[in-house]
Order: sequence, then structure tokens, then C-alpha cells
Amino acid sequence: MGSSLSKGSYQAALSSFYTKKAKPFIHFFSMLAMTFFGLLLLTFVIGRMMPTDPVIAVIGDKAPEALYQATYIEMGLDKPIITQFFYYLNGVLHGDLGTSVRTANLVTDDILNYFPATLELATLATIFGMLIGIPMGVIAAVNQNKWQDNLVRIFGLIGHSAPIFWLAMIAIVVFYQHLDWVAAPEGRLSVMYEYTLPKVTNMVLIDTVLAQDWGAFKDAFAHIILPASLLSYYSIAYLSRMTRSFMLDQLNQEYVITARVKGVSETAIIWKHALGNAWVPLITVIALTYASLLEGSVLTEIVFSWPGLGRYITDALLAADMNAVLGGTIVIGFVFILLNLTSDLLYKVFDPRVK
Amino acid sequence: MTELKGWLLAENPDSRTQAAFGRGYLGWLRFYHNPLAMIGFVIVLTLLLIALFAPYIAPEGISSGLTGDALKNARFLPPSAEHWFGTDGQANDVFSRIVIGSRITLVIVALVIFTAPILGFIIGTVSGYFGGWVDILLMRITDVFLAFPKLVLALALAAALGRGLESAIFAIAITSWPAYARLARAETLTIRNTDYLAAAKLQGASHWRLISGHIMPLCLSSLIVRVTLDMAGIILTAAGLGFLGLGAQPPTPEWGAMIAEGRDYILSYWWLATFPGLAIFTVALGFNLLGDGLRDVLDPKSGGQH
Repeated sequence: MGSSLSKGSYQAALSSFYTKKAKPFIHFFSMLAMTFFGLLLLTFVIGRMMPTDPVIAVIGDKAPEALYQATYIEMGLDKPIITQFFYYLNGVLHGDLGTSVRTANLVTDDILNYFPATLELATLATIFGMLIGIPMGVIAAVNQNKWQDNLVRIFGLIGHSAPIFWLAMIAIVVFYQHLDWVAAPEGRLSVMYEYTLPKVTNMVLIDTVLAQDWGAFKDAFAHIILPASLLSYYSIAYLSRMTRSFMLDQLNQEYVITARVKGVSETAIIWKHALGNAWVPLITVIALTYASLLEGSVLTEIVFSWPGLGRYITDALLAADMNAVLGGTIVIGFVFILLNLTSDLLYKVFDPRVK
Repeated sequence: MTELKGWLLAENPDSRTQAAFGRGYLGWLRFYHNPLAMIGFVIVLTLLLIALFAPYIAPEGISSGLTGDALKNARFLPPSAEHWFGTDGQANDVFSRIVIGSRITLVIVALVIFTAPILGFIIGTVSGYFGGWVDILLMRITDVFLAFPKLVLALALAAALGRGLESAIFAIAITSWPAYARLARAETLTIRNTDYLAAAKLQGASHWRLISGHIMPLCLSSLIVRVTLDMAGIILTAAGLGFLGLGAQPPTPEWGAMIAEGRDYILSYWWLATFPGLAIFTVALGFNLLGDGLRDVLDPKSGGQH
């Protein structure tokens, strides 16, 4: 009797642990595995759909027939399609994304070279988005339907309607050509610093600080400030709108009235209590924003000749360098999926109301 | 006129048609008194009219056809009374190209509307209606697609299918249906256990009839709102693909591709990129405003809340 009781409570505790704590994680990992598998399947199919002959893409169309046959077999193209897919899967899971035809490097090496630039840009843009977008959203919510609110709304509306590559070009004309506030839109550093800076993280702002080269840091900052600001426009618009809606939810709660009745200052109510509770959903939105900025940086990178992954993919595209395109897609896709699912997980773990 | 108004606003309509028209009229009244929504409506309507009458509006064709000295003297002219938006490197009139390019934007919008939302709509309603393993399977597939990065995937797809407008549209459609599937499923779940659906089922209605005749019409309004709001993003993505050289190919006057052409000259001939960009911005803004307005009218749940 006693043992069955304790067994029952043990099971109950286990199942309660399962539903409360473990379930979101199990869901996270199964979704991650499934989605990543889907991504690999899709990129594999895309790779097979391409209009150019993959063998000719590697050896060129002037190669002798014997070499063609040898390469054909070496690339495993004579195997059944399922086997080819498992080769592909195996390769990607071991970090082998093939060789780039255009740069003649391993795609993995190329990506390690280019990705930090994208990461640096997207991270800075997300930080800008948080520093500016969240206070904007709070102010809009507190002044609901007043001019501040409308101003934030119009700002967001423009952000959702203007093509970023176009805004970037106009910003270059204004801030570089006419005002001369920023560096030329050509990469991350001026030539004088480009080859002297030791590469550690491959993120120039961090590398210049590590090297304590303040001239280079200033130069790097002059280069990154405009693309990062432009990229952050989207995150500012999105974060301010979401913050506003979360804050409105909080400000209509009864605890706010209680706090007012108790004589808590309005500043403390807004910035400490209400915003404090709005953080949980905000964190998930920030993770989503970060993911979309990593992806959205493609167009910004083109305009500013920024040596990031987006530019790498686009250059590879125009050279029909399929390994590089798919490798880049897989990496951006993986990080994107990871951030997406993490935001979902954070929401479930932090918000006790979510079942 | 007053007779028509009375008919429309009758408290006890005589027929279903009259009730439907009455509701439509009330919705229009709410829409009409929302200035921002009306601006959006006018912008989208203007786009439609311009696209329809493009050959009559554009003063010149998409190509000037000039060569030699005539070309040299007529190219890169700044905006003037003769060329409102200036001329480009081939001495083409930028205004004419933008006007004719509106047709391409409209084709993109139309083709995406008739693919992604319909596919998502069917998947979502079927998933929500049947539930069980059908639901689990379809929603897992939807989740997988939903978690993909849209632009990068569209890039890879456009590369594999070859550069061109069709690939760009296909790529956009294949990456945008999951959101509609999710939406349609959520709406279906709220309807599937209602009494009127049970009544229809008891009368022997088939699954397809229940889905197409009773569930889909009720999900339609929120779908329309969502599609309108998404349209701006779709136009921007298409323009982005065009800008990267993966959408419509020159000399097609696609607006994104025109900006790409103007990029090389942005510091000397600002008008080449500025005006096509302004066109994209205006149209995207129009759809955003229209979508906001439609949401207030068609979706009573979110009315006045946002």
C-alpha cells in the first residue's frame, strides 16, 4: 500500500516534471532536428534542380570526357538519389559543405571568414533596436493615441514600407556624400588599416579593441555606423510596436491601479513594474528580430560592399557556385531556426501562464 | 439614392442578398471614415489604374532606341518638364519605365495572391477540420516551412530555377503559405465544434462541402486582412530579389532592378534610383494602410484595440 502510494506520487511528480519543465525542451530539440532535416532536404532538392551541370561547374566545359566521367563518379552522381542524399546529410553534419568553385576554398572556411561580419552588423543593429525601439514603445503606450503615439506609428509604418536597399542608398548620398559624417560605403575598414589589423574574432570592432588600435576602432566605427543604423530601422519599428502592445496589456492590469493607489510614482510604475513584466514576451520578440536581421542583412551588405555572408551568397549566386549558395543558406537557415525555436522555448519557460 | 440607402440599412432585410449588401455598406461606411485607410485604398486603386492604362500614360516606351550622338546627348538628363524623373544611361525616360513597371508589380501581387494564400488556406482548414494525425502531420510541415528564412531561401530557389520573374514569384509563394495555413487552422478550430456545423453534418453534408461551404467563408475575412498586410512585405521581397539581379531581368522595367541599375550612379545621378524606390515605397505604404483599415472593418475582434 505504502509503496504503491509512493510509486504513484513518484509517477505524478515525474509526469508533472515532464509537462512543466522537460516538455518544452523535448519539443525544442525535436523541432530543431525536424526543421533542420527539412532545411537539408530542401537545399538538397534545390541543388538537384539547378540548371547547370554540377560536374561541368567543377571541372569546366573544356575538360576531356574521361575526367568528366571520373568526376561524375567521384561526386557520387551515379548512385541512387537516396544514397546521394545520405552522403549529403553525412557531409553537412560533419561540417563538410563542399568546395566553392568561385573561391576554390572549402565553403566551411569561407563561411567562417564571412559570417562574423554579418554577425557583427546584425548584433549592433539589434542593440540599436533595443536601445531605441523599447523606450519608443513605452512612450507610445503611455501616451496612447496622442501625438507621441502617432509619431511612433508613422515611423514604424515607413520602416515597414521602404525598401532597405533604397533607404541605404539615400542615406549614403546624405550622410557620406553631402554631410561627410561617415566613411565610404566600401567594406569594414579603410585600406590603411585593412591589412595591419590582427584577425582574432574577425569582428572588426572587437578586433580593434583587442589590438588597442584606437585609430582603427574609430575607422571601423565610421564604417559600421550607417549600415547598422539602417538595418536597425526594421528592428526599431518592430520592437517599438511590440513593446507598445505589451505595455498596454500591462498598464491595464489591476496591479497598476493598486500601485497608483499606494502612491507609487508614475515613473516607477511604468519603467519598473509594467516594463519589468513586459520583458518576458519582449525577450522572445528580440530573439525573433535578431534572426530576421541576420537574414535581412543580405541587402544591406550589398549596398555597403560589406564582406558578410549575404554578400558571399549573392556573389556565389551570380557565379552559379551552388555549393557556396547552399552552404550559406544552410548556415543562415540553421542560426535562424535556432533563434526562432529558442524564442519559443524562452517564452514557454519564462511565462508560467503558457501551458 | 435615399431609397437605396434605406434598402441597404433595412433593419429586417428580406433576403440574404440584401443582408449581405447591407453589411458590406456598413463596413464601407466605417472604412470611409478612416482617413489613413482611404489613403491606402486610393494608392492601391491608383496603382491598378496606372497599370491598366500604362501604355497611354507613359509618354515614351521602356526604351528610347537612341544610338550614337543622339544617345550621348539624351542620357543622364536630370528631371525636367520634358522628362519628369530624368533619363537613364540608355536615354530611357525613367517616368515611362516606372509607369510601365507598375504592371510587373501588379503581376507579382496577383500571382502571389492566387497561390500562397489559397494553398495555405486549404492546408489550414483541412488540418483544423480533421484534427488528429492529419493535423499533426500538416502542422509539422507548416512549422518546418515557417521556421525557414524567407529571403535567403528565395535566393537559393531563384538561383536553382534560373533568374527571372517567375522564379522570384514561385520562391516568394513557396515561403509565404505557412503563415496562412496557421491562421486558417486557428480560425477553423474555433468553428469546428459549433452547433450549426453539427447541424449541417447531420443533414449529410460531405467533408468537402462542410469545409468549402461552411468553414472557408468564415475564415475568409481574416485571411484577406492578413494577405493585404503581407502584400507590402511581398512587394519589398520581390523588389529585393530584383535588386539582387534574381528577379525580372533588364531591360524589363522592374522597380527593384531599376534601383540596382541606378546604384552605380547614385553619387552622380541620384534620380535613377530615387524614383523607382519612391514608387515601391508608395505602393507598399498603400497596402499597409489599406490592410490596417480592412482589419478594423473586417475583423471585429481587433477593432480599436491596436
